[in-house]
Amino acid sequence: MATLKELSKQDELLSGGHRLCAGCGIPPIVRLVLRAANGPVVATTATGCLEVGTTIYPYTAWRIPWIHSAFENAAATISGIETAYRALKKRGRIPEDKNIKFIAFGGDGGTYDIGLQALSGALERGHNFLYLCYDNGAYMNTGIQRSSATPFYSNTTTSPAGKVIPGKQEWRKDLTRIVVAHNVPYAAQASPHNWSDLSKKAEKALNIEGPTFLNVMSPCPLGWYTKPEDSIKLAKLSVDTCYWPLYEVENGVLKITYKPKEKKPLLDWLKPQGRFKHLMTPENRHLLDKFQERVDLEWQRLLDLDGKRL
Amino acid sequence: MAITMTKGQVGLTGNTAVAYAMKQINPDVCAAYPITPSTGIIEDFSGYVADGAVDTELITVESEHSAMSACIGAAAAGARVMTATSSQGLALMWEMLYIASGMRLPIILTDVNRALSAPINIHCDHSDSMGARDSGWIQLYSETVQEAYDNIFLAVRVAEHPRVLLPVMVCLDGFITSHAIENISLIDDAEVKQFVGEYKAAQHLLDTDNPITYGAMSLPENYIEFKHEQSKAMAGSKEAVLDVSREFGKKFGRDYGLFETYRLEDAETAIVILNSAAGTTKVAVDALRKQGMKVGLLRPRLFRPFPFNEIAAALKHVKVLGVLDRADSMSGFGGPLFNEVRSALYDLDARPKTVGRIYGLGGRDYKLKDAVAVFGELDRIRETGKIDTLTKYITL
Repeated sequence: MATLKELSKQDELLSGGHRLCAGCGIPPIVRLVLRAANGPVVATTATGCLEVGTTIYPYTAWRIPWIHSAFENAAATISGIETAYRALKKRGRIPEDKNIKFIAFGGDGGTYDIGLQALSGALERGHNFLYLCYDNGAYMNTGIQRSSATPFYSNTTTSPAGKVIPGKQEWRKDLTRIVVAHNVPYAAQASPHNWSDLSKKAEKALNIEGPTFLNVMSPCPLGWYTKPEDSIKLAKLSVDTCYWPLYEVENGVLKITYKPKEKKPLLDWLKPQGRFKHLMTPENRHLLDKFQERVDLEWQRLLDLDGKRL
Repeated sequence: MAITMTKGQVGLTGNTAVAYAMKQINPDVCAAYPITPSTGIIEDFSGYVADGAVDTELITVESEHSAMSACIGAAAAGARVMTATSSQGLALMWEMLYIASGMRLPIILTDVNRALSAPINIHCDHSDSMGARDSGWIQLYSETVQEAYDNIFLAVRVAEHPRVLLPVMVCLDGFITSHAIENISLIDDAEVKQFVGEYKAAQHLLDTDNPITYGAMSLPENYIEFKHEQSKAMAGSKEAVLDVSREFGKKFGRDYGLFETYRLEDAETAIVILNSAAGTTKVAVDALRKQGMKVGLLRPRLFRPFPFNEIAAALKHVKVLGVLDRADSMSGFGGPLFNEVRSALYDLDARPKTVGRIYGLGGRDYKLKDAVAVFGELDRIRETGKIDTLTKYITL
């Protein structure tokens, strides 16, 4: 893997000047992953923050060939591009020694929800591409509506913390496990605060033949009601509290890539975030306990699987 | 599928003929999902792929939405791309149809016309392609298996024409044309290859040395300009259809043009109708002509863009016109073909009286007697100068 010094010397493939929010987790994730490609790369992006924020005509922040077509179809679009590449290469219209990597980016709404079918289809067909989901835990681009990735009890504009219902009532969908069930050669969870883990995983994913998947925690000051300067700290807390474990599944074998020396209480991650403010009252203490119990259960489940073939 | 010709003729169903045309074109990528009655096209084509008769990359996607999405990705990557669908499949593609045309991608889609749910029905009507009539796709309709086969080659040339760059939909009637065997003439492989040429996209996603951005967000400052350009390309594609048709006619002897007229020159009453039902109507025309009635037919081939002026000019001498739609636009004012034709006639100084009739939905037969009855009705209007019912359903 490239060192930080080497990475910093590479061309910036997502230019500055885009319109993503200050403190948004997406740009550092995308920049790191594009660098990990270390060669020609073509990308598509589902409708969402990344698409809207990087391509307001006549400007584009993309220094690579890039396409956005719709919301639910990033995996199908990349399937078409990657297939065209194989077709044209076979017919000698692309040089034999040219090796292009393909990446589809989508948010949690575009991946866990509306794009799940297209993702499943593309994984099953075995296209050679990386799907990267930046998971900020809600439909942030349309104004913070709940998605199936939204954390337990989170206050969103469609799961508001009301007088009767205290935020989102359902546990989040475990998309990484769903992807793993497709028996893809590589799937992993990562977080932008741990750049070397993310870089390593992206490099691995992009060099493996076949469909690969990265699910990356992406802090969102707008939707989390947090300070922009705290984003990377909050990404780290999501991992240190074991809400967002860093692990990979390579050829069916699960490996936790980071185990916190001391597992922090979930409250450390929740407390700075405005979307969980309603959980801080004494009468909602039981909700916090329930949330913590579930995080403990999921973490234990992962520990039980560590090093094992699924 | 092995196809044997006898004296240059071969008996093929519409689906088999379309698949054979696709085989002869040997596109770079085909992405498709099965749906009755178009499935046969992709089944046959999958056979060509499996047997190595083509080296097209086939993507057997998990839905029609993904079929069109993959077609868009592949076309933006510089590939020549084809697909086929029907009915609900086209409806599921609806969102992506607009994106294909808005991105000016020359994708070829065969739509084997089938009714839309509900109630669910697998048989022919035109509600699927008529539902997509404003999606920015050029639409070519086909009366026969031969015409469907020929239209595929025309479609490729029109779509990829440098002044056009728009997707093209070739429509043929479900079961009636798709599953019926007809004797047709095939074009030699070498001649097909020469006619369609090789597609070279001016810019594409795989040119990593010259990166381009497709599908950027466009705000009120420029969205309307994009649409204006697209609209001009669509209007201008009519000329490309004529040019390519003429070239095709010269080479292969079948010059199709924008529409077909049948015994229309001196007709007092006429029917305007799409696709296979035109065949039945022609038989009625011949029978009634024998009885001394001056009847005729106009069958549009190019529905999008709609050749308003040309159709008006061809119909201006007719006294009474019946426009028959195999789709209801549920506007309370007849079907889409009726509305287009009636609008086209508006600027004539003296225009035919024009009524709309909706027929044959969900595969209901349109028989000789139905065509004869319409001509009878048109004749009564001609005699009395009175229209009792402007629009109504027939074949009930």
